[in-house]
Amino acid sequence: MSMTEFSPSIESRPTYAPLTSHGAAPAIMVADAAGAAALADLAASDSSVMDKAHVVLVAPTAEGPSQIQSLRPLAVHVTPDLDAAGPMLKQLLGTARMGTQLFLAGSEGLMGHMSALATAEGLPLDAIQMEHRGTIARRMQCVHCKGITDNVTTDPFTCSHCGLTLFVRDHFSRRLGAFQGVCVDAETPGVVPDSVEIRP
Amino acid sequence: MNKLTLEVTETQQLSPLVKRFRFEHPDGSALPLFSGGAHITVEMPEGELIRRNSYSLVSDPYDGSGYEIAVRREDTGRGGSRYMHEKVSEGDLITVSAPKNLFQLDLRAKKHILIAGGIGITPFLSQLRQLDLAQAPFELHYAARSRKEAAGLAMLPEAAHIHIHISEEGKRMDLGEILDGQPLGTHVYTCGPDGLIKAVADQAARLNWPTSSVHSEAFTAPPPGEPFEVTIASTGQKVRVKADQSLLEALEAAGIEIDYSCRGGACGRCETSVTSCEGRILHHDHWLSDDERAEQTKIMPCMSRFKGTRLELDL
Repeated sequence: MSMTEFSPSIESRPTYAPLTSHGAAPAIMVADAAGAAALADLAASDSSVMDKAHVVLVAPTAEGPSQIQSLRPLAVHVTPDLDAAGPMLKQLLGTARMGTQLFLAGSEGLMGHMSALATAEGLPLDAIQMEHRGTIARRMQCVHCKGITDNVTTDPFTCSHCGLTLFVRDHFSRRLGAFQGVCVDAETPGVVPDSVEIRP
Repeated sequence: MNKLTLEVTETQQLSPLVKRFRFEHPDGSALPLFSGGAHITVEMPEGELIRRNSYSLVSDPYDGSGYEIAVRREDTGRGGSRYMHEKVSEGDLITVSAPKNLFQLDLRAKKHILIAGGIGITPFLSQLRQLDLAQAPFELHYAARSRKEAAGLAMLPEAAHIHIHISEEGKRMDLGEILDGQPLGTHVYTCGPDGLIKAVADQAARLNWPTSSVHSEAFTAPPPGEPFEVTIASTGQKVRVKADQSLLEALEAAGIEIDYSCRGGACGRCETSVTSCEGRILHHDHWLSDDERAEQTKIMPCMSRFKGTRLELDL
């Protein structure tokens, strides 16, 4: 599976570029099962990128960890889900020095969540490399109750916290690492458009 | 532009070349608060001329009882700092702009490193008070040639994270040592001579720092130079710029209003298009890119001058 092409949208909507190597600099990499392929491509372009790399794998496939091990990174950390990956990333960021490169690969939910953690630790957003792979599901914030609903694939969708029917906007919060969902029937309660699959 | 008329309530010679001024509201009312790194633009009327220079605020950003600036006397300048040193005394009324900030801290940083060369210490004096209040980790490095010239010494608190580098005493600042091994999420801020700003940026690049973690402020007062003349495209009016006047000041004196903010070539507000140029624009700003400079189709009137036969401005 290769990198996703997203249709042009508003400025707010994040776009992603292929990961590129900065050589054997210290690195932190976070990827889900689909994103692991982007790390493999990165290592194929320059194997030295793995020399000082800590790789955090989020819910990898059964063979994922050994595939990444074969790229010979400094360390591989396996976490069951994004909630567990957060503290792991924070710990790695907390002991890293300036010059460390951060690579994120996989779903928009993963990249949004992890990049928000990293920018809160002082890393500028433009210093974070991100490559989208796999699902186009979105991490959505309900602008009304502020609850986060992960893995949203339809528009509109139901907020998992307050139950409002929310329109999937391209408006993205870098601070929260989530797209914004806005009540779709606020003016005409009950009049809700048919739910459709979101597109790239 | 939001202006304030304030009273000079204190002056203090900090070093042979640097003088501190305190301004307060004549009726004692509170002034707008600001953020660390902010500056004000001070009006210096002399005869028909009004010079305006921007100076960093050196007082506490959370203290509205007054504003303080520290002015280094530039005897080869066009007269603004000399005016402050010689003509301004306690009890005078002075017109200043409301504070503006082109050099603010990135408060998401995990740690801040402030590097000052000479009079470049001024914006950091307000920033370090803000950092202290926010209890944000920082270190400040202040480099000066000699202790006598280091006007900042009188205004800096003594603390373990405030480092003084006096080159005359053999304590030169080692940028590699300062920047190497800093925690991820550190931001560095430099104010001082262009050479220092470039040296910090180069060192940070060598250590793979993201460019957006590297901040600097270099604005200075406009330099004097040879007189020249510009033509206003819309009216054909010719405006003469004196040796000790900036182009912006000459345009203002001729009744041509241009939007401005920093008056030091840093903010980009006064950018003006050039419709005809026979000669060479002497770019002194930090705003235009190298390509834009080479094209000679834009000029920053606050800083830049001209040498040649004809310069026509799109005004």
